Amino acid sequence: MAIFVNEHTKVIVQGLTGGQGKFHGLRNRAYGTKVVAGVTPGKGGQDVEGIPVFDSVADAVKATGADASFVAVPPKAAPAAILEAAAAGVGFVVCITEGIPAQDEARVYATLKRDYPRTRLLGPNCPGIISPGRCNIGITAGEIAHEPTPGGKNVGIVSRSGTLTYQALFELKQQGIGVTTCVGIGGDPVPGTSFVDCLAEFQKDPETSAILMIGEIGGSAEEEAAEFIKANVTKPMSAYIAGVTAPAGKKMGHAGAIVSGGKGTAQGKMDALRAAGVKVGANPTEAGQLMAQIIASLG
Amino acid sequence: MDLFEYQGKQYFAKFGIPVSAGDVAHTVDEAIAIAERVGYPVVVKAQVQVGGRGKAGGIKLANDKAEVQTHATNILGMDIKGHVVKRVWVECASDIAEEYYASFTLDRAAKQHLLMLSAQGGVDIEEVAAKDPTAIVKLHVNPIVGIDAAVAKKAAADARIPAKAQDGVADILVKLYDCFVKGDCDLAEINPLILKPTGEVHALDAKVSLDGNALFRHPEWEAFRATEELDDRERLAREKDLQYIGLDGSVGIIANGAGLAMSTLDVVNQVGGKAANFLDIGGGANAELMTAALEVINFDTKVKSIFINIFGGITRGEEVAKGIVEAMRRVELRAPIVIRLDGTNADQGRAILAEAGIPSSKLMSKPTMLEAARAAVDIANGKVG
Repeated sequence: MAIFVNEHTKVIVQGLTGGQGKFHGLRNRAYGTKVVAGVTPGKGGQDVEGIPVFDSVADAVKATGADASFVAVPPKAAPAAILEAAAAGVGFVVCITEGIPAQDEARVYATLKRDYPRTRLLGPNCPGIISPGRCNIGITAGEIAHEPTPGGKNVGIVSRSGTLTYQALFELKQQGIGVTTCVGIGGDPVPGTSFVDCLAEFQKDPETSAILMIGEIGGSAEEEAAEFIKANVTKPMSAYIAGVTAPAGKKMGHAGAIVSGGKGTAQGKMDALRAAGVKVGANPTEAGQLMAQIIASLG
Repeated sequence: MDLFEYQGKQYFAKFGIPVSAGDVAHTVDEAIAIAERVGYPVVVKAQVQVGGRGKAGGIKLANDKAEVQTHATNILGMDIKGHVVKRVWVECASDIAEEYYASFTLDRAAKQHLLMLSAQGGVDIEEVAAKDPTAIVKLHVNPIVGIDAAVAKKAAADARIPAKAQDGVADILVKLYDCFVKGDCDLAEINPLILKPTGEVHALDAKVSLDGNALFRHPEWEAFRATEELDDRERLAREKDLQYIGLDGSVGIIANGAGLAMSTLDVVNQVGGKAANFLDIGGGANAELMTAALEVINFDTKVKSIFINIFGGITRGEEVAKGIVEAMRRVELRAPIVIRLDGTNADQGRAILAEAGIPSSKLMSKPTMLEAARAAVDIANGKVG
């Protein structure tokens, strides 16, 4: 098992003929992901190294039966691309695009909720999702992820940051700990998928024994996660929150990573998670070590 | 990107929000010319992005030319909490019957827009919230529905704004929402929103924060970017297109990825040091980017050591290492580098660094983030032995 995507997931890449789409789309296929089609308006009928390109998502879905989409188009075009995928009935849309205006994200989110409630959006501005050994959609380097150990104790990862996600994958791999799914929810103010959405899925997934969560300053998603954990998550967790020393009022690289009006601080988030029984590390390495201890204690 | 009051008022005016007649002045003569044009009495207001201007003597009423001269002379160049006043806003003074508060922001938890409205304006809204939370009406607005005059008027009534001012307030709320959405604001706030004795409602102050991601559809924002309060380091970083924020410590930071960069500041702090900056060079980390990053760090005279923290994902360790070696050939650095290189092909990367023939007094490699942070902090704190 894994959450959201697995070995059966059929993926189309919106923007497959562009630089980012081609580079990552082909990497995803090389990893073993079923990349069945690309979409670029006006380029239908062409192919990219054997992957057929269609003019629209609807055409691509009709021809291939794809159930997931990887949106790798520039910020101006991304909102329309996400909604096009949803309108074509795609159930899982991953958007890695960085730099989409917050007003557009809020409109896209509200439109999905109203018109396409069956579509889940991951991102924008996220590294994507990998179920190691089964499916990799996005920009994660597949080789740093350890495949889940059959019958063993495996970890689910959910994170707001790309490089810290890789760091977490890498540290678990060094310790020989398998990962069921690693979800990067992204660093923007209006993410389509939240910590809570992922925690709920990991809690249900029989293959996932423990959960590693990586948050950062800004907003209240970690506090909401802590409330959810207290009430619903029985699996052991470790966590790390980046940005303890970030100055207030500055966007720290990610559009959503900002402490404003004394709210969204790392300390507040760590306190909330600790109160919910999560083991919180002072740095990413420590969070990885805490997870290794958790796995060891599960036997 | 935060706007100055005068820019916020000019932005409001484009969306039809009534503001006092006025203009921005960089000199005393300009201030006098504006006052003569809009008519006395006028208010001379320091343009700085920090609260407490009034208390610091940065807002003064002037009844004639001589008073404008006195106040503008005093305020221009004044230091308000470390912000030097370069401009004043001179506007027609308003008679105030009542002061209200209105703002639109994004409520990230609800993923909807949020209107905050109160009949208690002119004071810090956080204080109002702490003293009497019921004095603030909070209304969620669905981004694909928006707000109309009827909903806005009901909010005004709910906020206990008197009936005579409700239509005026509602009209401004609809326009302020338009400004917030079409103007791509993170925050659009009027405090105070005033009722004049004559019955008109208008914006006496403007606090606007713009979403930098929307710059591509707002060419007019270039004028705002030109006046942004950046220090020299930040200005250089912007020229080089780097994600950089200046801080006041002595350990220069370069990391790939925003999360890792934030985390690097934290680890430096954890082992007793202070970061000089936040700098995310992104996934690429090639020689060009690394050169630009080192030039910006090198420009900061407070930097005593440089901590490069790279996790190789798709970008492999050996490529990163080659980039660093090349960048070090191009930039004559004042401070030594401590590097932690991990991830894909990190071993090959470290081998390249070791074989580059750079003395350990200039470049030191450490296997973990924590060890590298300790080494960089020791150098910065003068504890090298």
